[in-house]
Amino acid sequence: MKKTVIEINNLSKQYRLGQVGRGSISDDIAAFWANLTGKENPLLKIGEENDRTVKGESNYIWALKDINFKVQQGDVVGIIGKNGAGKSTLLKILSRTTTPTTGEYKIKGRVASLLEVGTGFHPDLSGRENIFLNGAILGMTKKEIRQKFDEIVAFSGVERYIDTPVKRYSSGMYVRLAFAVAAHLDPEILIVDEVLAVGDQEFQDKCLGKMKSVSEEGRTVLFVSHNMGAIKQLCTRAILLENGTLRSSGTPVKVINDYFLKDDNELQDGTVPRTYKRVYNNGKGFIDFISTTSPEHAILKKFFFRDSINIKLQIELEEDVNDLMFSITVLNDEMQKISYIELPESSNETKALKKGKHEINLELYDSFLPGKYFLSPALMHYNGEAIDLIERIAKFEVSADSKNGEHNYKWNEKHGNSYMKLKSINFKTI
Amino acid sequence: MQENEEYWDLIIKPKGKWYQVDLGAIWLYRDLLMLLVRRDFISVYKQTILGPVWFFIQPVITTITFTIIFGSLAKISTDGVPPMLFYLSGITLWTYFADCLNKTSNTFVANAAVFGKVYFPRLIVPLSVLISNLIKLLIQFVLFLSVWTFYLLQDNSFTPNWGLIWLLPILVIMMAGLGLGFGILISSLTTKYRDFTFLIGFGVQLMMYASPVVYPMSIVPEKYKFWLLLNPVTSIIEAFKYLFLGHGYFNWTTLGFSATFMLLLLALAILVFNKVEKSFMDTV
Repeated sequence: MKKTVIEINNLSKQYRLGQVGRGSISDDIAAFWANLTGKENPLLKIGEENDRTVKGESNYIWALKDINFKVQQGDVVGIIGKNGAGKSTLLKILSRTTTPTTGEYKIKGRVASLLEVGTGFHPDLSGRENIFLNGAILGMTKKEIRQKFDEIVAFSGVERYIDTPVKRYSSGMYVRLAFAVAAHLDPEILIVDEVLAVGDQEFQDKCLGKMKSVSEEGRTVLFVSHNMGAIKQLCTRAILLENGTLRSSGTPVKVINDYFLKDDNELQDGTVPRTYKRVYNNGKGFIDFISTTSPEHAILKKFFFRDSINIKLQIELEEDVNDLMFSITVLNDEMQKISYIELPESSNETKALKKGKHEINLELYDSFLPGKYFLSPALMHYNGEAIDLIERIAKFEVSADSKNGEHNYKWNEKHGNSYMKLKSINFKTI
Repeated sequence: MQENEEYWDLIIKPKGKWYQVDLGAIWLYRDLLMLLVRRDFISVYKQTILGPVWFFIQPVITTITFTIIFGSLAKISTDGVPPMLFYLSGITLWTYFADCLNKTSNTFVANAAVFGKVYFPRLIVPLSVLISNLIKLLIQFVLFLSVWTFYLLQDNSFTPNWGLIWLLPILVIMMAGLGLGFGILISSLTTKYRDFTFLIGFGVQLMMYASPVVYPMSIVPEKYKFWLLLNPVTSIIEAFKYLFLGHGYFNWTTLGFSATFMLLLLALAILVFNKVEKSFMDTV
């Protein structure tokens, strides 16, 4: 059994909203009094779930609520979630820049956190002086830095400017130097925030490469990113945070799918409830059903390679629409858009549909490569004004095997692109 | 594997024990401490022509100003000591205290950007201020010694108490302790409510007048002496003057009071600082 290096138990963090001012002193006194008399802090109870889109009653929110997980030595854990899900708060607590409100966490080994590159750089000091200063802030001793100094300078590629104050550096050089220092830390546990978001492609690749080699040396990495490709490529495990709670954890592929596929289960039969969260809806029409089907219009989610794929849509219009258009985007399981059709293709073919329910059946050519796919359907007017827009539902799968086993797909699954080609389309009123 | 007996390097809970101050961690980060001192020292005079010469110019001009205003215009007694030397001796030690206090009192607010991104023992930062100011003090002390030697050879208006010179480092440590204590206490109090920052701005300046920097203890009326001695800085500055100039109020009891005051203040300040440093990022 591998050694557990991080253990997090019931970790929660509460924040106060609004400004600190005279109003907050009464809350402080209430909390202090409760503490003194040995009661529970009354303000801890009234925290609400952290959903930034909804205006809440209370001034206190839980940025993190009851987080539990363990990390084994050598794991590379990806932390994903929407903005405001609590990722950065979690990293802040783990890197000890703030404390949890309740709960605890335990750590074995030396921790270095990289929540930003170039922490503590002083603009007036030279590159050389800043390497030492920044290295020491990140937890290295002078001796360690001196040993790695040449390596750091080489990695950064700014030898020529090493004795120039960093305020004269271009922003790219600055970031390179800063990352070079960070990359030469060797802690047992490395905590990295979205530092990869800065810098050019070359720099990002360099960062990813460095993180890969760090994990190969058996060190533990915690890594926040919105780059699902990087998470999949680097991480051995992932956790998904949503509104401050731990929604899902497990293999990166599973967690990424959970992240994108919010309510997969209730859509298994293709019905899209009116309550389903849409990207956009103007109230004039709804997509009530979408699924891939067999040529006989029966719901089908798994296809053999070279099977022909049909898509069935049911919509209800709340009023007559004279210039109806619709589009379907196909995404792969890394949520990259890979194909798009928009129908009809010219203005004289726009569909005039009466108020009521309609069914649309699309027949596609068998041009999908093996893989998992999602659909994003949209209804709109010809001028582009959207009526209903849903993202990433109706998951289906194409296997590498063909039906009779004679024409199996022989290449790497990542090879080439799938695209959607329409064979026929058919409208009917139901 | 026995989960219960597992060894953890670090356990973080919402509230540590209030008396747990991890002084060992400061030793681990001693390299950072020295690098911060170096940074403070180098960065202040970068892009200046005179550079460290400014360390001399500051006390010289202040001394001349004081000599003109308090000596020539206000005609405040200097106990027969040459005015230049009298003011310089007061300024040298006072400046150290005032700088330590001023620069540590905004530790949290000024370093919030760094503190929010990476952990290291926060006490490192005020300690580095203490040390870099100590270097400045040493340079200014050299200036004081040269002026002092000059007057010592010139006339016999004063005789140093040679036997007590060994007290000097202790006086400096007491000043450092007081500056640090007041500074980090105020810095801890200002993380949430900034009110004290207004106080510190003019407070330190006014405190100089409540300390025997520009006047000798001997001209203070008897009924105020007790109150003046409640100021822990008073007996330290007077002791310094007594050591070098032979004039001044020297008393083991009041010096002991200052030392006790310093130790208690420092203990309290470190405890408060230690408590605040854990979660100040949420309110700063």
